[in-house]
Amino acid sequence: MTTSADQAEITTTTLRQAVALTERPARPSALAMTFTFGWRALLKIKHVPEQLFDVLVSPVIFTLMFTYLFGGALAGSTSAYIQFLLPGILVQTIVIVTVYTGYTLNTDITKGVFDRFRSLPIWRPAPIVGALLGDTVRYTIASVMTIALGLILGFRPDGGFVGVVLGVLLLLVFAFSLSWIFTILGLLLRTPNAVMGVSMMVLMPLTFASNIFVDPSTMPAALQRFVEINPVTHLVTAVRGLMAGQPDSGEIVWVLVASVVLTGVFGPITMRLYRTRH
Amino acid sequence: MSDPPAHRLPDAVPPRDGLAVDAHGLVKHFTTRKQVTKAVDGVDLQIPTGSVFGLLGPNGAGKTTVVRMLATLLRPDAGTARVLGHDVVNDADAVRSAVGLTGQYASVDEDLTGTENLLMLARLYGFRGASARHRVEGLLDAFSLSDAGARQVKTYSGGMRRRIDLAASLVLAPRVLFLDEPTTGLDPRSRNQVWDIVRVLVADGATVLLTTQYLEEADQLADRIAVIDHGKVIAEGTSTELKQSVGQGAVSMRLADASQRPAAASVVEKVIGSEPALATDPYALSARVPEDGADAVARLLPALGEAGIAVPEFTLGQPSLDEVFLTITGKPLPAEDDAEARPVDAQEVS
Repeated sequence: MTTSADQAEITTTTLRQAVALTERPARPSALAMTFTFGWRALLKIKHVPEQLFDVLVSPVIFTLMFTYLFGGALAGSTSAYIQFLLPGILVQTIVIVTVYTGYTLNTDITKGVFDRFRSLPIWRPAPIVGALLGDTVRYTIASVMTIALGLILGFRPDGGFVGVVLGVLLLLVFAFSLSWIFTILGLLLRTPNAVMGVSMMVLMPLTFASNIFVDPSTMPAALQRFVEINPVTHLVTAVRGLMAGQPDSGEIVWVLVASVVLTGVFGPITMRLYRTRH
Repeated sequence: MSDPPAHRLPDAVPPRDGLAVDAHGLVKHFTTRKQVTKAVDGVDLQIPTGSVFGLLGPNGAGKTTVVRMLATLLRPDAGTARVLGHDVVNDADAVRSAVGLTGQYASVDEDLTGTENLLMLARLYGFRGASARHRVEGLLDAFSLSDAGARQVKTYSGGMRRRIDLAASLVLAPRVLFLDEPTTGLDPRSRNQVWDIVRVLVADGATVLLTTQYLEEADQLADRIAVIDHGKVIAEGTSTELKQSVGQGAVSMRLADASQRPAAASVVEKVIGSEPALATDPYALSARVPEDGADAVARLLPALGEAGIAVPEFTLGQPSLDEVFLTITGKPLPAEDDAEARPVDAQEVS
């Protein structure tokens, strides 16, 4: 490729002036460093929006398919079914988007970007915590788009605006905590596509063997037991309750405790792997 | 290079022993599928402040692993290393503040623009607002990347990418710069640009550790060279010292009359005592000079004249680093053409 920048000459004087530094800036705070990495994650959403749309294709298809194909049969009418389905689809969408955290991290490692970060005098967890914060924005965008689609199709939550926002917030907390599992996969597996493949193998049964699409009471007993211990089920029930204006405090507490446990267990493992990775 | 050296960091005090890098007995093993590879097997390095040190070796020799240990990216399994007096394990943050690293492949974010990449680094180092922008604009300008600053790095040419990566490692004006195969895969023009940049930085007091598999690069840039193979330093010295260690070089000549070549060959063999090699060119012949053969070479040209052989071209050359490598290791360096096709040092990074 030939561009003007390619042809340009590098002169000794400008190079010297540009590199010379009379005063070393003060080291920024851990929070400032974390936000800088969060800013980077936002820039990536801006430059690579396709990644977001890729993940939104399947919820759109699922919502349309289940609402119009099975909705009438499952709930009597499509409009009754979408009230049930949409919070579940929202959870499925966000839980699947969390995989991108591991995917992005692994891409950074494969391309050598993480080596650069690790060679910097910065607060060690900043790149990962910052990326997770930035990803929260990604989850928010995905949530807004899924809910907007639901509203167009007739989703009318009784919990109103406040109920929906609270439901999304609870979901974001859980998604942030769940991401730590994918950061571990991102650090352990060899390629970004392997991260994607392994993560989906875990997430598909978790999202389908849950109460996202149907009421589990008609399922075989063994499957029901799995659905009951499936964290996705608890999350869906909690989000559904908030959006329907009937918050289930037991389920909400369950989700918050699960979030703390996920972060408390997988956060330190991630950081350990991150420090010791060659 | 006549302008005065720019003012570097106020705390740029060299360590008392004058060594920017001081490593002793560095060892690193990797375990891949239960097989232990000794990537680095007892490496000592002493690099004086303000010099360029070349780590020369074939792919998989352990060069990258050495650099990664010195840059605090890898913990040595054994041995110690200090960079500007700071221990790479116990005082890693101090090392990170003093060192700039440029990897084999541009380790800037391809999805971001050049400006965004540098701005992110400037902010992480503590530059704020306008001072961060000012620093970034200055670097982009110096590296002829101002026009490309707003473009995503993935649209850059190979030379531009290497320049943005170099600029990224200079955001904090590091006193020690690690360049891991900085010109692999570059066209000759971009390679020369990178060399020029390195020379300017060193003239201003930076210390550079450079890994390369290009002989010419080590020869051109490095004050001292360590030849590394199978994780061990097998020879070390200036380029001249290394060449002398394998003999005095070779004489080669081109005759005016091809029919005189057998006669010339016998004169050469009689005078310097080694059998000449006959090139495919019927006018040319060359011979290695034995270690004590310097005086004999001086007598060679008059002797050829007495025998009535006209020699319009006569050169006495030092051995190339290729020959050095061949003599020490018993195998030639890999051809430069292979360099681009190889994987990202797969043997070294497990």
